[in-house]
Amino acid sequence: MSWFFHHLWLIPAAPLLAAGVTAVMPRRFRALAAGLAMGALVIALALSLGALVRALADGPGGRAVFNFAWFNFGAYELRLGWVLDPLSAVMLVMVSFVGLLIFIYSTGYLAKDDNYTRFFCFLALFAAAMLGLVIANSLLLLFICWELVGLASYLLIGFWFQKPAAAAAARKAFLTTRIGDLALLLGMVWLYARSGTLLFYDAGRGCLEAGALAALGGAGIAGLAAAGGIALLLFAGAIGKSGQLPLHVWLPDAMEGPTPVSALIHAATMVAAGVFLMARVYPLAALEPVVPQIIAWTGALTALFAASIAVAQTDLKRILAYSTVSQLGFMMLGLGAGGVAVAMFHLITHAFFKALLFLGAGSVIHSCHHEQDIRRLGGLRRAMPATFATYAVGMMAVSGVPLLFSGFWSKDAILHAAHAGPNGHAPFYLGLAAAVLTAFYMTRQMVYVFAARPAARRAEDAPAGRESPAVMTIPLGILALGAILPGFLGTPAWPWFQSFLSGQPAVLDPARLVEHGFLVMLAWSGAAALGGIAAGWLLYRRSVSARDPDVLQTRFPVLYRLLERKYFVDEAYGWFFGGLIRAWAKGCEGLDRIITEGLVRLAAYAVVGLGWVARVADEYLINAGFDRGCARLRFGGDSLARLQAGRAQGYLRLAGVGVATLILLLLWGCGAR
Amino acid sequence: MSPAFLILALLAVAGAVAAVGLRNLIHCALALAVALAAIAGVYLHLGAEFIAFAQLLVYLGAVAILILFAILLTRGSERSGSGIFSAGWGWGLGVALGLLATVAGVFVSARFPRAAAAVSAAPAGARELGTDLMTRHILALELIGLLLTAALIGAVILALHERGREAAPGEGR
Amino acid sequence: MNGVTPYLLLSAVLFATGLAGALIRRNAIIVLIGIELMLNAANLNFIAFARFGPGAEQGNGTIFVLFSIGVAAAEAAVGLALIIAVYRHFKSAQVDQPATLRG
Repeated sequence: MSWFFHHLWLIPAAPLLAAGVTAVMPRRFRALAAGLAMGALVIALALSLGALVRALADGPGGRAVFNFAWFNFGAYELRLGWVLDPLSAVMLVMVSFVGLLIFIYSTGYLAKDDNYTRFFCFLALFAAAMLGLVIANSLLLLFICWELVGLASYLLIGFWFQKPAAAAAARKAFLTTRIGDLALLLGMVWLYARSGTLLFYDAGRGCLEAGALAALGGAGIAGLAAAGGIALLLFAGAIGKSGQLPLHVWLPDAMEGPTPVSALIHAATMVAAGVFLMARVYPLAALEPVVPQIIAWTGALTALFAASIAVAQTDLKRILAYSTVSQLGFMMLGLGAGGVAVAMFHLITHAFFKALLFLGAGSVIHSCHHEQDIRRLGGLRRAMPATFATYAVGMMAVSGVPLLFSGFWSKDAILHAAHAGPNGHAPFYLGLAAAVLTAFYMTRQMVYVFAARPAARRAEDAPAGRESPAVMTIPLGILALGAILPGFLGTPAWPWFQSFLSGQPAVLDPARLVEHGFLVMLAWSGAAALGGIAAGWLLYRRSVSARDPDVLQTRFPVLYRLLERKYFVDEAYGWFFGGLIRAWAKGCEGLDRIITEGLVRLAAYAVVGLGWVARVADEYLINAGFDRGCARLRFGGDSLARLQAGRAQGYLRLAGVGVATLILLLLWGCGAR
Repeated sequence: MSPAFLILALLAVAGAVAAVGLRNLIHCALALAVALAAIAGVYLHLGAEFIAFAQLLVYLGAVAILILFAILLTRGSERSGSGIFSAGWGWGLGVALGLLATVAGVFVSARFPRAAAAVSAAPAGARELGTDLMTRHILALELIGLLLTAALIGAVILALHERGREAAPGEGR
Repeated sequence: MNGVTPYLLLSAVLFATGLAGALIRRNAIIVLIGIELMLNAANLNFIAFARFGPGAEQGNGTIFVLFSIGVAAAEAAVGLALIIAVYRHFKSAQVDQPATLRG
């Protein structure tokens, strides 16, 4: 046990402290707010690197756990804890590193925003929650952080809440992910009911360790072991957070937030939390063979679905958003088909190149006066060379151009796993089609935004870009390196990353690069990437004017419209749930009218009848004597009314005097006895 | 008397005094939240965890927020010209202090049968409380549910009522 | 001075503060805040006696406080709704404004 491990909690605590201090700071302390947030992340990064070194020194498969009692509740003890294993160490370094770069970038991107301080407060809060989520050794702690990152995401999507679209998108994101979170909560409760603990690892008693797993693998409902049901509920939570089908609708709308937020939260880290959750509970999910299959199918369908929508979008950030959904689908496919290592490898590489792409897009948007429509951008290659070069790296990484870029290695591993997996070849072909489409839409976007165009293409009002400041381009450069280098940590020849995560020693074996299986895969995925890029280039090379319809639109109008409107999923949800609520309200109204109203009428008639009887008795029997009594009472009331000035506090004051008097009387009474 | 209790008591009293004494209504509501949280801390200190969390949930989570909302909805009711204290406030203060003196005198002079430092048996945990609520106190529980429902409906009707009547003349604005 | 007395004194001070707030402030919301403080003071007494008094294991004091919290929640909801209704009517939330309670 080392110092780094015992102080692992400092990693989320540092940004949390920064967020807390920033929250109560006056708005004009801009530099201090940014400095605090970045300083906290530097600390977090340093500690994370230390933790990674520690995990490396522990050797593959090492796991250090620290649990403590949070509080006692009667006879129950609630325990939380943190865990340092390869999974959390890798995630820690990724989150704090990408986070730090994006913090730096944000100082340039939001330099002119009035609410700079608030932005960094939220950003630091997010970083704290995300880092806490990564080290959590308890599903409860993980869930708390999970909700906190959801909150930070809500706040940041709605950061420009003056825009109605941003406010609506924030609400939509919050509510949609809440559906998944409800399932996650149910899964958590079920797990607690069955295993009696929410700690992942607890010296043999944790819910992911052999004893509990054996108990959970037993009988459940409908032929599904309890573990299977719990894992599916947890997966539903992951679906919500990671934007998988059918809860993907919030993620593209989340692009209303500032671009650094899209890069950090809605591309690199938070949306990957769902994948991370499933990777964390993978021992549970793998108990029931049908669960990984469901995960793989969901991932493969999402990957293809989102990639096809991205083909017909025209908003720069929305294309990237659908690309994110699609890549998250790849991760889920990898998780279901190939296990934790494959999925995590793509998660890490994706975090780098997608952050790079978003920050590049942000750079374009920033310099072109917040123009996001790719048809109105163009010819930025000359104007913004640094952005162009880095963006091209990111684009080739996400497309999976063979051998050089990290995206190729990780996507190749996923496709390989899907091909060899137990689910038949269908998910593999879905993934392959998604890979082709990915290369295609990324090329389309590149061509529109960057390729030099004759004057005819340049609409007269197209904004002219200028290169962004160094504080924005330097993180781009670093991320571009990150989009290339990590790939070499997980090549088939030297699968260090996968071995590190799965706990075997890594062996260097170049011979695996020329194996038959790998070469076939290389041919498939290489053909997919290059074919997609070639098709995109050929189709969009000749688009002449911003006002011309899209090439696909002219050739396949119906299909294009279907894709452009995102398969009408939003409309269908609105129609279905709106209709459901309306029908429910109608039913309730009918019930009210028939049953309740009848009863009320009956009661009313009965009372009217009684009233009539009472009136007769009153008028002829009681009134005469009563009137005389009343006159006396009125006289007495008039004299008392002087006291009743109608001021409530006067009454209250008298009541207070009365209480005090009563107490004193009681005391004297007791004393006398 | 432990230092933890002293700090909590100090916080509670300071929050309470600020809550009724400050000029800015928002600050009053925030001070009330501090006082309520400190009281929850005292409950924890007394070993009543369940009540402490109920206090946090209901008072801090609902009542304090409700009060904040009410303050925001009745903005502008404090006119700057008139003071924040009501007409006969000296009398009111006198009554409050007099009551405090009486009650405190009683408490200090009282001899409780088991007022020794010894704490009686551990307070009931969540399970015992739940069993108690569902068996011995079930009628009261149902009644409080009814009361809350009635209060909810009543509050909605009260807050809605006036608007319906005012909408007609106010439409021209 | 130990055992239950410090808690009782704290509760007495809180009660007096709440009463003072209810008596001397003009704003109805502060009056309501004062009432909440008084209720809390009473609850504190219950808990203190439940902890130190005989028969704590039965949890009666705790149960009573639970109900008291429920009642207080209802009271706050209705009270604030009343304040808002009064504010709409008189365009003011001062307690000495609506003198129409006069008999």
